Amino acid sequence: MNIGDVLGPLQYSITRDDLVAYAKASGDHNPIHQDEAAAQAIGLPTVVAHGMLTMALAARALHQWTGGPGNVGELGVKFTKPVPVWADRPAELEISGEVTAREGDHATIRLTVTCEGEKVLGVSRAQVTGLPTP
Amino acid sequence: MALSADLIGQTFSTGHPYVVTADKVAEFAAATQTPYQPGDVPPATFPIVVAFPAIMALLEDEQVGLDLARIVHGEQRFTYTRPIQIGDELSATLQVDRVRSMAGSDIITTTSRITDAAGELVCDAKATLIHRGEDA
Repeated sequence: MNIGDVLGPLQYSITRDDLVAYAKASGDHNPIHQDEAAAQAIGLPTVVAHGMLTMALAARALHQWTGGPGNVGELGVKFTKPVPVWADRPAELEISGEVTAREGDHATIRLTVTCEGEKVLGVSRAQVTGLPTP
Repeated sequence: MALSADLIGQTFSTGHPYVVTADKVAEFAAATQTPYQPGDVPPATFPIVVAFPAIMALLEDEQVGLDLARIVHGEQRFTYTRPIQIGDELSATLQVDRVRSMAGSDIITTTSRITDAAGELVCDAKATLIHRGEDA
């Protein structure tokens, strides 16, 4: 993992069932992630994924690239666009990374997360540690 | 609605520690499509489970007067001091760092300090919450 290396892209799907499972696992039962009417009441087209689920999938991509859990020292994202999850088809996320700094067993990775071609996370960056050193 | 500047520096917590169990971590890993073996470090965003009740304590506080239906999660950052382990007894205390107004909305920047049973810092979970104005 060296400066300029491009990681991924990796693809993840989010279904309505995934939103139910994430709500239960996280404790975030906001109805805009479950209930079409609640989402539309605040101007969304349909239910949207929890921002934290999108972020968790970005962490999951890091897990893939760094060879396991426990390597993330810092992870920060901005939620720039909602991820709509329609009843009849999953939302498809594409996650890629670029190594922007590397020192010893540490690296900084800039993440790009898109849904149907649109960026859904902004200024997304991770510091990872415990990488093999040459 | 302009929020009171008194909010800055106020803290919110839930009172009882969260005990990290293998079952709960496995459930979170499954819900986030993350491979997980017993004994593995939890997924990187797992601390939100601990911080979320402290965030809700702020959002539902009647004195603060936020309308939950108008809250949008703007930004999130986790900074680890050490990995979380099964059996950790974690507590979250949220502090309001900053409140500002932008285009009719209030932007509330918070840090939830997640500490272990010994009171040592495990992870800082910073959340920026946007309270959308009536017309925003």
